[in-house]
Amino acid sequence: MPKDSGIGAATRRREDARFLLGSGRYSDDISLLNQTYAVFARSEVANGIIKTVDTSEAEKMPGVVTVFTGEDFVDVGGNPAGWLINSRNGEPMKEPKRPVLAHGKVRHVGDAYAAVIAETEQQARDAAEKINADIKELPAVIDMASALSGSNFVHDEIGTNQCYDWGWIEDNREATDNAIKNAHHVTTLELVNNRLVPNAMEPRCSIADYNPANDDYTLYTTSQNPHLTRLLISAFVLGIPENKLTVVSPDVGGGFGSKIYHYGEEALVLAAAKRIKRPVRWTATRSESFMTDAHGRDHATKIELALDKDNNFLAFRTETMANVGAYLSNFSTVTPTILHGTLMAGNYAVPNVYVNVKTVFTNTAPVDAYRGAGRPEATYSLERVIDKAATELGLDPTNLRRQNFIKSDQFPYVTAAGLNYDVGDYDAVMDRLEHHADLKGFAKRRKKSEAKGKLRGLGINSYIEACGIAPSNLIGTLGARVGLYDAATIRVNATGNISVMVGAHSHGQGHETAFPQIVADLLGVDPNNVEIVHGDTSKIPFGMGTYGSRSLAVCGSAIVRGVEKIISKGKKIAAHMMETTDDKVDFDEGVFSVRGTNKTVSFGDVALKAYIPHDFPIEDIEPGLEETAFYDPQNFTYPAGAYACEVEVDPETGQVTIESFTAADDFGNIINPMIVEGQVHGGLAQGIGQALLEGCVYDEDGQLISASYMDYTMPRAADLPSFIVDHTVRTPSTDNPLGVKGCGEAGAIGSPPTVVNAVVDALRSADHDVTHIDMPLTPERVWAAMNN
Amino acid sequence: MSNLTMTVNGKTVSGSVEGRTLLVEFIRNDLHLTGTHVGCDTSQCGACAIHVDGKLVKACTMFALEANGAEVSTIEGQANGDGSLNVIQQAFKDHHGLQCGFCTPGMVMAAAALLKTNPKPSELEIREHLEGNICRCTGYHNIVKAILAASGQDVSSIAAE
Repeated sequence: MPKDSGIGAATRRREDARFLLGSGRYSDDISLLNQTYAVFARSEVANGIIKTVDTSEAEKMPGVVTVFTGEDFVDVGGNPAGWLINSRNGEPMKEPKRPVLAHGKVRHVGDAYAAVIAETEQQARDAAEKINADIKELPAVIDMASALSGSNFVHDEIGTNQCYDWGWIEDNREATDNAIKNAHHVTTLELVNNRLVPNAMEPRCSIADYNPANDDYTLYTTSQNPHLTRLLISAFVLGIPENKLTVVSPDVGGGFGSKIYHYGEEALVLAAAKRIKRPVRWTATRSESFMTDAHGRDHATKIELALDKDNNFLAFRTETMANVGAYLSNFSTVTPTILHGTLMAGNYAVPNVYVNVKTVFTNTAPVDAYRGAGRPEATYSLERVIDKAATELGLDPTNLRRQNFIKSDQFPYVTAAGLNYDVGDYDAVMDRLEHHADLKGFAKRRKKSEAKGKLRGLGINSYIEACGIAPSNLIGTLGARVGLYDAATIRVNATGNISVMVGAHSHGQGHETAFPQIVADLLGVDPNNVEIVHGDTSKIPFGMGTYGSRSLAVCGSAIVRGVEKIISKGKKIAAHMMETTDDKVDFDEGVFSVRGTNKTVSFGDVALKAYIPHDFPIEDIEPGLEETAFYDPQNFTYPAGAYACEVEVDPETGQVTIESFTAADDFGNIINPMIVEGQVHGGLAQGIGQALLEGCVYDEDGQLISASYMDYTMPRAADLPSFIVDHTVRTPSTDNPLGVKGCGEAGAIGSPPTVVNAVVDALRSADHDVTHIDMPLTPERVWAAMNN
Repeated sequence: MSNLTMTVNGKTVSGSVEGRTLLVEFIRNDLHLTGTHVGCDTSQCGACAIHVDGKLVKACTMFALEANGAEVSTIEGQANGDGSLNVIQQAFKDHHGLQCGFCTPGMVMAAAALLKTNPKPSELEIREHLEGNICRCTGYHNIVKAILAASGQDVSSIAAE
């Protein structure tokens, strides 16, 4: 195997050609014989009682095949939450049913209450407009604080808008309170982590095909984890046996979290396909994506940092309200809790941490994990309050962080928030940042900016995240209703090429290129002879999909375990071929050899022998060379980094421009540095988008104001600089066989506070008494901060 | 329904469409050229960018009938004669200018239009030219780099790692 194509090589992606030639196969590109089209009737009000839904006129429209309403799904299950979170008083969270189609009440703008199936999409659209729904509008529950104190409930049957009141770690509460009460200095900051819309460029699409001959179904759908979607549909919603339902997620045009979850449209097209015995398809318009894709973030937080007289951190105490929207999406309960609270020690040796999260139902779209998922919220709170403390105490923000870092010789380190960080070197990463970002030259650059009438600011940030979710035994104790292992089947074919069926799903991450690099490296074969199969439950072992920067750490480790089994079996076959015992056989660079002799047999010959076992001792060796491994991690992985951003602010208009952005990350070992850098770039763009541009806004009536690209500002090429990224500090994870940590979310986690820190620094350089501005830092907000 | 005829990627095609059928719908649903994507409904995202009579056009902003008699070029017509990646496509691959691939056809069509009128664009000119194309994966860094490289310019100064 050429050494320049295994682990560590910047191999160009094999999946690129099909995308560049226009021959990718996304769900909406699939066309089935005799297919029909579904269009949904959706609520125009945020909260309302469905009095009647009259479909008679719609049913008479040209091309209409059938019509569904919420009544058709009253007797089937709801789409469940994947984690049970208990309140501080031990009460389980409130779990109102999330139906396939709304009945009784609509609870957010875009909530679907009926669907039309017709011969063409236009006919379905025309007919959906003829559905006469009498919906009595009620006052909307939008503001989180009012939702908690009021008596207008999103779900009347639970009698509250609070899903739970969670404490982490409850036993640390008193010690944290005392540490803050007795501290030399306490910095307090109230902030909002702005609501975002994930906006994968490919809208959601689901196509169902029912085969009456066998009573089985195929669902083509835009999913980040087809097996979880199948499990939810089978076990909770429609009751279709798992072995009668195949879920296929072909090429998927980005996810960022929003396509992890099962959505009602998937169940609807399946039920419709069975009723009419024809394929049924649905593709979201972008407006539907804005209204119904699970949104992200939306926290309102108060954080306090206590310090002693020597500026050592004593405690972080956080109170957060987290918006969960109108229904519990699958990961919505874990995101603001476990994925947020456990990270609230950051990179710091701080003895006391306590986090309280109240999660709130509102008449808005469901909110769930979006790139980073809880960890951006944690990092933003920590890194903003640390900067504010540095300002109040007249300290250099970088030095204050360095002083309080967990030092490299302190690992493994159990934080006050309960995680066991296995390894890291935060000072080394900060050293790389200071070098690449030329922090020493900032004063000179500020002068140059000032000479042209601009304010220049520098923002610094450190972050840590927990990835590779997760040890199943640990998350089970924390309320997870699923395991979070992953799986790989390694099938060595008779002619020596290899098919690898994986539970992870690639929708931009380049698994089809990176995973073969691992297999090729371990087996000493050409990576071009290794093919990755993913995204089809009829072909792959039961896996948990791709999110939370977990694919390489978890599924990649399953691949390693599977390859180890292949080598072990291969040694048995090789021993038989070379008339020895397998304990005397070594394997290296694609060759089996008998130790201490010059006898060898190639991997290819062993593969062929496995399938032509004419002389096998069949009681000792089974024919074939195929192994499956399930891998359940021992711990999370802990990527960490330090970021720097320089901005210019126009004092006349409040316009912010990013002049430079530097990211230094420690991702442990790296399989393909080109792909890693691309992942960081994309994360940075989303984080900078959150900081400067993106904000999902509902008005007080629950109308979604930002429901198109005319109103929701997506980062465009001219909004962003070229990035400087460094990943040369590599402390390999000690908890997985590859020593990898994950890189998919880092940029989105570390960048928002970096940008805000920089803008606040710029304003303070002109003596504006500004300590915080809520994101997005629009010109209006920045101008107001300067002129209030 | 009305009949129409146009040239798409050098071949004459014809069909019958409703007045309200968009050009992108005709290309995807009638011609089955699914490389042109639909990412929004407000002509903002650029996933459906194609060339009509040599000009960069969002195929969701035109009715199919408006392209009657036109010369249309889509992503499926961009490869070299032997089917290999053309210079722009190869540069996108060499510089990791795509991830999920959904915006990519529009990006390639936009890049081709730029380089036709401005063979050596600056980084800023490229970024401004891409104002009509949204990518959610790459942060544009490697797209900009790919287009610079496709124009034959040195990209070593673009944010050395």
